Amino acid sequence: MTDVDVLVIGAGHNGLVCATQLASAGRSVMVLEAGEQPGGMAVNREIAPGFQVPGCAQWLTQFSPQLIRELKLEQHGLELAATDLTSIGLSADGNTISLKQGEVSGEISDADRAAFAELYRLLSKVNRLLLRLSKRPPPYLVEGKLRDKLALADLGLRLRLMGSDDMSELLRQALNNVYDLLQERFESPLLKGMLSLEAVQGTHFGPRSPNTVFTLLQRKLQWAWGGEVSQVRGGMAGLGTALANAAQAAGVTLRYGAEVQSLIMPGDCVEGVQLADGTELRAGCVVSSVDPVTTFESLLGLAKVETDTARRVSQIRIKSGTAKLHLALSGLPNFTGLDASQLGQRLLIAPDPNYVERAFNPVKYGEYASLPTMDISIPSVNDPSLAPDGQHVLSAIVQHVSHSPAGGWSTQRERALSDWIDCLAQYAPDIREHIVAAEILTPADLEQQYRVQGGHWDHVEISLDQVLMMRPFPAAARYDASVPGLYLCGAGSHPGGNLSGLPGRNAADTILKMEKQS
Amino acid sequence: MLCFQRQSNSVNEYDAIVIGAGHNGLTNAAYLARAGLKVAVLERNPYIGGATVSRELHEGWTYSNCSYVCSLLRPEIARDLELPRHGLQVVPYGGGVTFMQNGDIFGKYPEPERRYREMQRHSRRDADAWQRYAADTMKQTRLIRPFLMKRPPNPTSLRPGRLRELAEYGAAFGEMGEAGLADTMRFWTKSVADYLEEFFETDVIKAHLAGSGIIGTALGVYSPGTAYVLLHHYMGDVDGNVGSWGFARGGMGAVSGALAAALQSYGGEIISDADVGNIMVSGGKVTGVALRDGREFRSKIVVSNLDAKRTFLDLMDEGDLPQTVVQRARNFKIRGSSGKLNIALDGLPTFNGLDKKSRLMVGDFHFHDSLPRLERAYDDWKNETWSKDPYLDLLIPSLFDPTVAPPGKHMMTVFVQYAPPKINGREWTDEDKAGFEKSVLDQISNYSPDFRDLIVHCETRTPRELENEVGLTEGNIFQGELTFDQLLFNRPFPGYAQYRGPVKGMYMCGSATHPGGGVMAAPGANAAREILADLREPNVVPEGYADD
Repeated sequence: MTDVDVLVIGAGHNGLVCATQLASAGRSVMVLEAGEQPGGMAVNREIAPGFQVPGCAQWLTQFSPQLIRELKLEQHGLELAATDLTSIGLSADGNTISLKQGEVSGEISDADRAAFAELYRLLSKVNRLLLRLSKRPPPYLVEGKLRDKLALADLGLRLRLMGSDDMSELLRQALNNVYDLLQERFESPLLKGMLSLEAVQGTHFGPRSPNTVFTLLQRKLQWAWGGEVSQVRGGMAGLGTALANAAQAAGVTLRYGAEVQSLIMPGDCVEGVQLADGTELRAGCVVSSVDPVTTFESLLGLAKVETDTARRVSQIRIKSGTAKLHLALSGLPNFTGLDASQLGQRLLIAPDPNYVERAFNPVKYGEYASLPTMDISIPSVNDPSLAPDGQHVLSAIVQHVSHSPAGGWSTQRERALSDWIDCLAQYAPDIREHIVAAEILTPADLEQQYRVQGGHWDHVEISLDQVLMMRPFPAAARYDASVPGLYLCGAGSHPGGNLSGLPGRNAADTILKMEKQS
Repeated sequence: MLCFQRQSNSVNEYDAIVIGAGHNGLTNAAYLARAGLKVAVLERNPYIGGATVSRELHEGWTYSNCSYVCSLLRPEIARDLELPRHGLQVVPYGGGVTFMQNGDIFGKYPEPERRYREMQRHSRRDADAWQRYAADTMKQTRLIRPFLMKRPPNPTSLRPGRLRELAEYGAAFGEMGEAGLADTMRFWTKSVADYLEEFFETDVIKAHLAGSGIIGTALGVYSPGTAYVLLHHYMGDVDGNVGSWGFARGGMGAVSGALAAALQSYGGEIISDADVGNIMVSGGKVTGVALRDGREFRSKIVVSNLDAKRTFLDLMDEGDLPQTVVQRARNFKIRGSSGKLNIALDGLPTFNGLDKKSRLMVGDFHFHDSLPRLERAYDDWKNETWSKDPYLDLLIPSLFDPTVAPPGKHMMTVFVQYAPPKINGREWTDEDKAGFEKSVLDQISNYSPDFRDLIVHCETRTPRELENEVGLTEGNIFQGELTFDQLLFNRPFPGYAQYRGPVKGMYMCGSATHPGGGVMAAPGANAAREILADLREPNVVPEGYADD
């Protein structure tokens, strides 16, 4: 006897997308969420009475426009406070550079302007290919069926159609590091710094690390459709709420405060879950949107899987270098070189590529950068509901920060907060005067808060050895986890993080197809 | 000894001219001569060998003052050109030792039994992991070796021959199956640190093995792509033992000496003190070369053993080249990352924790006992200065080869990483060189109390010296970084990875072409095969790989 057809673990965006798709196809679906609200890492956090900051993710970048339509998220309450934001690179002396789609403005030479348009053209073109690949399960290269062979042939053909110049440039640059790519093409240190930041954010790489051209492509997948960065009204929680509404409208049962303790696997097939309170729930299959390391190590137990699977799981790289800085502000700070109207845009601290590389160095040795790169949002400018009247909140993604520094975070937390505010003050000299409340979330905090191993927002680090048919590891790359009855649908699966919703959608497609076959 | 002919007449006609008498230039010329072509190799220095050279820089001592050990030299070339008959003798050596800061050592013995016991002394788990590690690296090695003596495919070409080549590569990968292929793709893109951490837990063991992932490369042990560099140092062999290394008796100059003798036995010429200034082009075709002293040599085929920057940016006129080639040559990443000390010693130094009679004395010595220490050495390079705690690969060849030092005396060769091509954006000064030298001598003295007192002569080579003497741009020992964006069909750059230059009759045969650096001689041989194909001559160059 089963309680439902499908149990989905975790009400993050991927879990909800997957559940909604399965329910729309007529399955009875229950989502089990350990916390009290939907959204996973896309949630709000009240750091002082009336001050709401984004708890982890702060921008909407790659959420598939197709999914927004399919799930009718706008009808379910998704509203954008601002779209197509400009990314502005800050410098201490007030010279700034603004990027939006293929255009650059600010203190920049004509040569750089043209070079950026050219780079944008090439990356967008490649990203249209990557986007095609993202919307379906990754094709197997050797043991694939006809569908895979067709997909590979399609990819090969499209590579050819790029023209031999673009194709050979892609083959050369795909494994290159972004530092060298930028040195080849640009003069402006600030422009190179900004693009370096884009490439290394959320990774355990510096701009000189090979693979970072690929991570730049991944982070800018939205260029495939000319998209930039948007801000959700009501904070990032707005996305989770709309997805939860859509799920319920499709007939999904949502259970909050339902922490899954383990998967029930009496034989060689997963049959349900046991909750922390002892409740057992049975289902035809279980879909985990939790990261693969937690799924296999904690929920399933490595003793229950093949030794090869256990080895692969232990080899998954989940080192994160990302932390958050949250400030409640009594008023708008002054950023050197910016007027108040620009403060609602995306502000970047990455004055040159060497700065970004230096920010990466400490994390290699289990330390944090005292001069980190920052991706800053002041969401209350576009959405005053997030802070009391006339007051503001600031949220910054801080890179690079060790998950577990020597001596632990308790001894270093205050110093890191102070260092990072000092760093911010180099660009916004009066920032300290405005601070009402401040906090940092280290990778260890993010891990604990959002129940994700390593605190990694991509669950499994995105780099060339952990994408496509190798994500999270070869036998589990097509959402079917290599264990009967268990599926994966989180950011640890193809195509990965960045709030795209595509892992959830692809997983649902796969489950429905496999049901049909069996 | 070899006798070098000096040319005095102003015009000479040849079927082919090779610029640079490095090991690849000599190999290339030897094959062309064997096929019956009239060949001359032009060498700027009064001696041959390029970076494969032995020099007596202090009376009585012979330094292999650039490359210093031999393994990668393709056995099919050595056999084919009868290099042993021409005087090449490679003596295998084995093992190595890492000295630790706590006074202990880790000895990597060549004998399996002793290696196991020594590893077990540090970690039982690591001792057991060794077999898996060795099997895994061997699997990757076997995959790559057959492609060393083949030209790379051209994935953008639609010509049937080229598609077939691409399919051959594809088939080799396909044989591994989905999981095997994924392992290989992971291997090629991950860092040596990540790779080693999948097998080992002990700091010193990881650090000992990680060195091969960074030698000659401007990357750190945590940089993705360095696992492949490790492989590049494992894919050679001595006497059929894959992965082992040896000393060329008489120093590395014995390799180039044997190649030169082979070349001359086929009737080829070597002309030293011939500094080529320009590759002459007329009507889109190569016509010969002009020396800086005004002499000219005519030939419809010119092969450059120099790196891509020197070949295209120094020796050719921009007007003779497509704009993309000029741009790609400028962007080709060369980057020096290493230096070298060659030291004449009055006797054998004592090393803490190691018996002078130990089997390990003839192995490589390292002084880094953890991955973070290695990585910090790279951080110095990124900051454009030499490593303050430099990674050393130190050997005492005189223990093996009595010809390189007077009786009772010794010769030490010290490969040093990292040393940047420029110091804080400016050229190296003698003061910098002294500082670099001191950091290396200090490193050795930390583990050898009597070392400093035994020094009779020390030759220190920073990237500046390597560039000026051998012509290795920025002092990079591989003529260009071995990163994936510069391997296979990208080496030296897309569209020109099949040894042919952009002008008819112009070819490349140096380490800047596939399969890259190391004293391998494969680029020189592969280029000769392509030239003979273009001339519609029968192929005399071994192809593919039959040993595995």
